Amino acid sequence: MMKLFARNRHSVQRIGYSLITLMAVVTVLPIVGTVIFILFKGGSAISWEFLSGFPHDGMRAGGILPAIIGTLYLTIGTAVFSVPLGIAAAIYLAEYAKDSALTRLIRLAIINLAGIPSVVYGLFGLGLFVLFLQFGTSILAASLTLSIMTLPVIISTAEEALRSVPQSFRTVSISLGATRWQTIRKIVLKEALPGILTGIILGLERAAGETAPILFTGAAFFLPRLPQTPFDATMALPYHLFVISTQVPEMPIQIQYGTALVLLVFVLTMNVIATVIRSRARSRRQW
Amino acid sequence: MNKIEIENLSLQYSDGSESLRGISMGIRQNAVTVLFGPAGGGKSTLLRCLNRLNDLTDIRTSAGRILIDGENILDPKTDVIALRRKVGMVFARPVPLPMSIRENITYGMELAGEKRRTKLDEAVERSLKLAAIWDEVKDRLNDPAVALSGGQQQRVCLARVLALQPEIILLDEPTSGLDPISTGKVEAALQELKKNYTIILVPHSVQQAARTADHAAFFLQGELIEYDEGKKMFTTPKEKKTEDYIMGRFG
Repeated sequence: MMKLFARNRHSVQRIGYSLITLMAVVTVLPIVGTVIFILFKGGSAISWEFLSGFPHDGMRAGGILPAIIGTLYLTIGTAVFSVPLGIAAAIYLAEYAKDSALTRLIRLAIINLAGIPSVVYGLFGLGLFVLFLQFGTSILAASLTLSIMTLPVIISTAEEALRSVPQSFRTVSISLGATRWQTIRKIVLKEALPGILTGIILGLERAAGETAPILFTGAAFFLPRLPQTPFDATMALPYHLFVISTQVPEMPIQIQYGTALVLLVFVLTMNVIATVIRSRARSRRQW
Repeated sequence: MNKIEIENLSLQYSDGSESLRGISMGIRQNAVTVLFGPAGGGKSTLLRCLNRLNDLTDIRTSAGRILIDGENILDPKTDVIALRRKVGMVFARPVPLPMSIRENITYGMELAGEKRRTKLDEAVERSLKLAAIWDEVKDRLNDPAVALSGGQQQRVCLARVLALQPEIILLDEPTSGLDPISTGKVEAALQELKKNYTIILVPHSVQQAARTADHAAFFLQGELIEYDEGKKMFTTPKEKKTEDYIMGRFG
């Protein structure tokens, strides 16, 4: 038996490799398939009028401009709250916090925050921002809700990026008369920046594509004009897609897929930017 | 004249185990004092007390004082930033900061508030010359410091310390990763530097200790066994343990 196995070692290895390759292909297939499918179905809907016009005829015709602008606003709004807070929290956890019951609790909270279903965030946002703080159904309330959802991603990737900066840089900087904060600002943050940016973009990308958290907090079915202040409600791509797919009878199919395509391009573009930043930083890295 | 007086210094880790026991020694100005002995003897720990770098670790002073120019630097009221500018340190592995050669040299000065370009340029040239590396890097000061060889990096690290015009220079096995030629250059630079600085060196070998020491202190398991002039120590040691170590009977 052993002899048989030994003779076949090469073919066993070949079969193993083939299996692993197959698995990789199977993993990639749904992603590529989805993109091609949506491109094929929705490509014909894309036109200048579609990207720059308002919907009319009860959404059955016209464009999706307010939804595109709305998603842009929500993404920026989310960044405004979650980026400074997330980076500050990561700096605290990576550079200052000692291992104590408190920091273990904070870490536990962050991990659990990442696991909460997005619709729960939506309900929480409704309760806290829309009703209790009386922001109403607004860009502000929706951005804050999305921020809470995005924070764990930003905090954990930023903390990881900060920790990956070699300890010896900190020791040397301190030995040359730098304070801890100067060391963080001039050396550590600079070196961790690409990793932090990647985390920010990935977090915001998720926020841009979510429907449930904005469902009760800021998304509107239809608005005749673009939002003027952060206290206005807004249309948004993912919610618009949900609406025209389920709430509007006799909806032309290519408008649905066209909307899906725009959302997909929006999110994938952010993803590509993150990948480019990461790979460029890696090739420039001096350690 | 003694620049530094260490008085009955004991250190321990946060778990209570001892790192250094009752060390008392005076360190001469304008001389090379060598701290040598087998690994784990407390040499680096002692070195890192002198610029309070142990503040970053879990090592605490349990007794004793360290006087530099008559002031106890272990006092909680000590300005550690000023102390670290006065007591520079070169580490075992060269760690160029991720920036250009010039920026590595000016980093500490800029932190200290020096902004004048002429002052910074002067300091770059002066300190690189003192560290015997100027001729090799003068045409590429804006290149990343990591692009240099290990030996060159270590001399840039020495220059980086010298740019702050310290009074005391601590070197923790500065040549442990270097080839013999680079090691020779660093040792030669130290002999030149001792005219103006107080130098404390943890050597990476007994041979280096013997070559460089004006004064030598032998450390074994957290205790100072013997402290004498270098010449005497490496020819006629008083203690049996010192002799055994120098002769290579253990270590």
